[in-house]
Amino acid sequence: MSPMDEFKRETRAWLQANCPQSMRTPMPEDERCWGGRGASFKNPDSALWLARMAEQGWTVPTWPRAYGGGGLTPAEAQVLEAEMSTLGCRQPLFGFGISMLGPVLLKHGTEAQKQAFLPPIARGEIRWCQGYSEPGAGSDLANLQTRAEDCGDHFRINGQKIWTSYAHLSDWIFCLVRTSSERKQGGISFLLLDMQSPGVETRPITLISGASAFCETFFTDVKVPKSQLVGQLNEGWTIAKELLQHERGMISRIGRAIGGAIPAVETLAQRYLGDATGRISDPVLRDEVTRHAMNERAFELTMQRAGETSAAGTAADGLSSFFKYYGTEQNKRKFELILKCAGTRALGWEGEEFTAEELAICRTWLRSKGNSIEGGTSEIQLNVIAKRVLGLPD
Amino acid sequence: MLILDDTQTLLKTSAADFLAARSPVKALRALRDAGAPEGLDHALWQEMAGLGWPGALIPEDSGGSAIGYKGMGQILEETGRVLLASPLLSSSVVATSLLLEAGSTTQKEIWLPRLARGEVRAALALDEQPRHAPDVCQTHATPQGHGYVLHGAKCFVPDAVGADLLLVVASLSPDRKVEEAVAEAGIFLVPANTPGLDCTSLRMVDSRNAARVELGGVELPDSARLGEGSPVRQALSFALDAGRIGLAAEMLGNAQEAFDRTLRYLKLREQFGVAIGSFQALKHRAASLYCELELTRSAVLAALGALDCARDEVPALASLAKAKACEVIELMSNEAIQMHGGIGMTDAEEIGFFLKRARVAQQLYGDASFHRARYATLMGY
Ligand SMILES: Cc1cc2nc3c(=O)[nH]c(=O)nc-3n(C[C@H](O)[C@H](O)[C@H](O)COP(=O)(O)OP(=O)(O)OC[C@H]3O[C@@H](n4cnc5c(N)ncnc54)[C@H](O)[C@@H]3O)c2cc1C
Repeated sequence: MSPMDEFKRETRAWLQANCPQSMRTPMPEDERCWGGRGASFKNPDSALWLARMAEQGWTVPTWPRAYGGGGLTPAEAQVLEAEMSTLGCRQPLFGFGISMLGPVLLKHGTEAQKQAFLPPIARGEIRWCQGYSEPGAGSDLANLQTRAEDCGDHFRINGQKIWTSYAHLSDWIFCLVRTSSERKQGGISFLLLDMQSPGVETRPITLISGASAFCETFFTDVKVPKSQLVGQLNEGWTIAKELLQHERGMISRIGRAIGGAIPAVETLAQRYLGDATGRISDPVLRDEVTRHAMNERAFELTMQRAGETSAAGTAADGLSSFFKYYGTEQNKRKFELILKCAGTRALGWEGEEFTAEELAICRTWLRSKGNSIEGGTSEIQLNVIAKRVLGLPD
Repeated sequence: MLILDDTQTLLKTSAADFLAARSPVKALRALRDAGAPEGLDHALWQEMAGLGWPGALIPEDSGGSAIGYKGMGQILEETGRVLLASPLLSSSVVATSLLLEAGSTTQKEIWLPRLARGEVRAALALDEQPRHAPDVCQTHATPQGHGYVLHGAKCFVPDAVGADLLLVVASLSPDRKVEEAVAEAGIFLVPANTPGLDCTSLRMVDSRNAARVELGGVELPDSARLGEGSPVRQALSFALDAGRIGLAAEMLGNAQEAFDRTLRYLKLREQFGVAIGSFQALKHRAASLYCELELTRSAVLAALGALDCARDEVPALASLAKAKACEVIELMSNEAIQMHGGIGMTDAEEIGFFLKRARVAQQLYGDASFHRARYATLMGY
């Protein structure tokens, strides 16, 4: 038996022994675990599962063991992912810490920063939010105006962020601030700060889906120790862009992660429009659903191919923009198609007349509209592909 | 695996180099202008045989080079880039796969080594309708003595002109019920010089070889029946899928080349004092074409891999690959002309050749809507 087969066998055995039964069922949105000081677990098994996985280092399988990771090679991590998906195990932890901040801290953090921040992220103890966008700095992110003044041993922060997802539920924020007004990109720094610091205020904003998932975040004379600056002063833009790559990777997979709770389009089309043999009875919708399902398959194959390519050491530039663009547009098309197939059943806002799934479809459909805006809009992704991959001139 | 191993990568680059040197797009123009219905450079075909291409799917002990489907797909992609006119797909993939799958030992012994050496070119005569409809078969084979008599017509047979051997699908259903036509089909090996076989060249927009074939009482011995009586339906289905996947690889090459040429033009052509590639309306369309090409490439690679080593996945992946290839090549060829502006409309500029081949390739072995419907049926919805 090859070492990889051995690893696969052990992994499966461990998962079978340690993953609670209820963690092997599709995950409803409200059972996703985001961790943090204020984490609450609707299902106690979620806490158990998180603790066991964190103990193994498998909430962040490829991070070094010293920082709370599993120390797995990319190939081993793929095996783990495949085994989890075969057994239907839920991802134990979500969040900006494991998927966005962690990877850039591993690369750019000081040893002290890594020791201080990474293990709590891996264990899901600290929940992070992202302070990038401002009222005047959306797609043109580098136009941001939140200021950090140098006060000797600390910075003093003044300004406003907006669209800060889950700021009101988060413990810490990673933030882009202006430390120089001489150059646009070259005057930005990357800071970490505790949301409980005096002078931080959050105001939730209600989304079209009814949820209050993001906030306005205000900073008034907030003191931040200089040890919480990541990378060099005025060199935060490079880190900011790197982090966006991780964010785009995460968002392009989001539809698939949530997909566990909402069945595939073709399944719903059969349920609402299938004849006795299971054939989708409306020929036009059947064609549209099939086109969607085929694109979904081709997209998954492309992610698989990208994984194989990067394992072979020749990753292509700009792929994260491709995945972000296509994955989110595809997710929006998915929900539009479900609406067409389910008719008014998918348009209920609340109440007993609709099933929980139908209500979730409606809310998720509305939320999906944000997928092609957050993390850089579709138009911005196309700009990036045109420039970085295709080399088209500005 | 959706990526190439070292041998396949080498095969692809050497095929690209060979074809760029020996058969650039202007070779197709020359064949078209010469007006020969066969549309084939015989010397080039012999060189291809020397490289083992016609024998790519044939085992070494039958004289082949055993390159396999995935390797053959790389060659076909490169032939798509230069719009090579050759029977590599029709003879060396479709007809050869059919013989490999369903041929009797004797039939294989007779034909495979000669196919591998490129001495014989074979063509599958199947379609009787303007749109691919493999289940429709009115061509009929009636048993007679120690053989059969064939009557009927095939409206579009790729690479039939000059082919040495036709593989003719004919119904054996005694009462000529159309529903049973394919379930009870036989496939007959008909040498080109058999009396009663009539082949009329079709001058197609892509300047490639195709013909209408008529069978007016073609008399054949028992031994001409493929598989000598064993069922051939599955073999036909597999060979068609191999053709669809191979063609999807060719179409990927066509679309990729049209894309690369268009991209070069976007960087070169200036209007309003800047390169037209700086206009966002064009950038975004180019970026979205790039995404579509990447998806198609993944589908083609997965399907090629399945032909070699995951046969139960072949039907669905063949339809996925062909449908995606059809969609992307239609979009790509239209955008290529549009983004070239007036020059794209001229015969002197080569981009039009890509458009012309694209549409014929789309129709061949089923277009996007054919394959979406088939995929849905295979998936049970
Ligand atoms: C659900 C959700 C969650 C979010 N979470 C966070 C978060 O946690 N932290 C955070 O910092 N931010 C967050 N954001 C903000 C997000 O990053 C911004 O909304 C996004 O970058 C777009 O900025 P904007 O809203 O100002 O739109 P604008 O930039 O004003 O864009 C408006 C429109 O103009 C188009 N446009 C703009 N520039 C160009 C161009 N150069 N070429 C072509 N078209 C262009 C855009 O594509 C868009 O269609 C979130 C957003 C959403 C929707």
